[in-house]
Amino acid sequence: MTNPTQTQPQPQTQPDETQQTLTQPSRRLLSMQGALNLALDHALAADERTLIFGEDVGTLGGVFRVTDGLQQKYGPQRVFDTPLAEAAIMGMAVGLAMQGWKPIPELQFDGFSYPAVDQIVNQVARMRNRSRGAFSMPITLRLPSFGGIRAPEHHGESLEALFAHVPGLKVVSPSTPAEGYRLLRQAVADPDPVIFMEPKSRYWYKGAVDSADAEPALPVGTSRIVRRGSHVTLIAWGAMVARCLKAAQLGAEDGVEIEVIDLRWLKPIDAEGIAESVSRTKRAVVVHEAPLTAGLGAEVSALVSERCFGDLRAPVGRVTGYDIPYPSQAFEDAYLPSVDRILNAVQRVLEYRRG
Amino acid sequence: MATSDAAARDASSPSAASDIPAETLATLYRCMLLARRLDLDCVAMQRQGILPGYAPMQGQEAAQVGSGLALDAGRDFAFPTYRELGVAVAMGVDLVGYTASHQGSWHGGLYDPAASHFAPINAVVGGPVPHAVGWAMGAQLNRTDACAIAYFGDGASSQGDVHEAMNFAGIYRLPVIFFCQNNGWAISLPSERQVAGGSVAARAAGYGMPGVRIDGNDVLAVYRATRDAVETARSGGGPTVIEAMTYRVGPHSTSDDPGRYRSLAEEQSWLERDPLTRFAARLRTEFGFAEVFFDEAGAAADVVVQATRTAVTTLVVPPGGEMFDFVFSAPPAALLEQREAWQRETQTSQREG
Repeated sequence: MTNPTQTQPQPQTQPDETQQTLTQPSRRLLSMQGALNLALDHALAADERTLIFGEDVGTLGGVFRVTDGLQQKYGPQRVFDTPLAEAAIMGMAVGLAMQGWKPIPELQFDGFSYPAVDQIVNQVARMRNRSRGAFSMPITLRLPSFGGIRAPEHHGESLEALFAHVPGLKVVSPSTPAEGYRLLRQAVADPDPVIFMEPKSRYWYKGAVDSADAEPALPVGTSRIVRRGSHVTLIAWGAMVARCLKAAQLGAEDGVEIEVIDLRWLKPIDAEGIAESVSRTKRAVVVHEAPLTAGLGAEVSALVSERCFGDLRAPVGRVTGYDIPYPSQAFEDAYLPSVDRILNAVQRVLEYRRG
Repeated sequence: MATSDAAARDASSPSAASDIPAETLATLYRCMLLARRLDLDCVAMQRQGILPGYAPMQGQEAAQVGSGLALDAGRDFAFPTYRELGVAVAMGVDLVGYTASHQGSWHGGLYDPAASHFAPINAVVGGPVPHAVGWAMGAQLNRTDACAIAYFGDGASSQGDVHEAMNFAGIYRLPVIFFCQNNGWAISLPSERQVAGGSVAARAAGYGMPGVRIDGNDVLAVYRATRDAVETARSGGGPTVIEAMTYRVGPHSTSDDPGRYRSLAEEQSWLERDPLTRFAARLRTEFGFAEVFFDEAGAAADVVVQATRTAVTTLVVPPGGEMFDFVFSAPPAALLEQREAWQRETQTSQREG
């Protein structure tokens, strides 16, 4: 295959971070949880208007320890525990933002953002528009998200399509510690509300993080190609990126060159980046944990159809969760897209013949 | 009628209340009268097809003006619902910009909410109450003595957001006033079927803050209660709940028909307690305000009402492209594409039309 013709904005290619050396002083090996903690630490240090609050984020350091040590370092006024009330957490963020503060609230688990949906949808997402720009809402909602950690009910939800559908919100999810650091800094710096979906199942995976990479080089809404391939493009985010990379490794052993895109931003979506890749590979499969119907895979599929219809050799494949409540622990592995299911979908689009 | 000399003497002679200067008494009345007349004219403008809809506040002038004037509009911040015309008048909000929300130009209104210290009109019942709590925390973190006031009604007192907001404010002892206008009706549901225990003010005790129930049709009682709560907030004493007992004389909105759920006799009984009539009588008998004062206040209100009507009637709505412009600080590519498509297609259809 020839080298791809690059379009703007250019997807960024990065080697696997664990393979990079740790020679620079700003580089260190961190878990996702540690990288997010570092990003919050640096965000608090960089701008004294940033505030962190939520349930158990202070003394305890968060149930996932993402805010560990921050209250001790920055004091109980800038990092504080709230009562157990998600709507008030998000509503308070609106008032703080109207005062010029930059709130970074945490809602402890995806499934517990539902009580705050009125504030998020009717207030956070709309205040800028309602006030004709008088009040920006530079709020980063940290939301531990997705499944895979053998948790009870309501602790494994994938809400990206719900939030991406709301005008006024941006949605992002990191796949690696380096991405976690970079994207969280970017989300906090953004003047608009960002739903930052942290893949819980990746909290403890380590990778090299370069904190000198604080200034986001790429605009909001830029994807990255994490593995080059010429036969099919896998499009994923969050924890599914690692799974797609595993599928790509196995595919390569059988001579199938799979390209993997880490979408990163789920709104705005990098339609150009996706189209650039699929126009080369002619085939695409979207992978997500969320249920199939009206999931973000449908949006990605539509974008590919609109931009790459003439190039496509097969309908866009979707490997997703099912249209059922996120199941109990015993069925979690059966529910989540597996490497086998991803490779089966790859095989289907490769073998597809018209008529 | 008195001669002009006598009028001038009379107008300058009214006495103050023990704790409220005569000029403040005059301002309270002028604002209440303006709110009344503008409110009535907004209903008229709705009937005349100038406003698509309106939420009348007749009967609540004392509660709204009395609380609004107790604030420092340059320091404090009010979080209104969609029925706070009297607060807007008291805080000096641009009234054409306020009415523009009901006229249909922009949901939040066309006034500058940051400069006015009056948040954009908010249609979610109870939704803005936690915003006031956040704003109050921000003020505290800024080490200012500013306070926030959240307006809500007996209906909104049932919302979880209001309970959560009060609990937060109680925990953090924030400089915020929860100002409930208990106007008897949440559309068709009477407050006795809305408020278990019968009192929103009584709930304050559960959140560790003082709660006071006042006659919301007595503007001086409202002014004093709010002024005291502001003083408490400024001096680090934390939040207060004020429950102003009042009555929504008109319909919930210009689409509502109160005849389906309440009696004419009840409405009549509240008209007898009309806050404007009551205050005017006190100004005359207790504080010695002369007729010329009322004549001048009426004439001044009419000028503003007429000017507002003219401006609202001829208001040029913002360009349609602005639908897209304030959603994000910088519209993402996909939204710009939609904006351009909208521009292209509406221009095409206008040509075809």
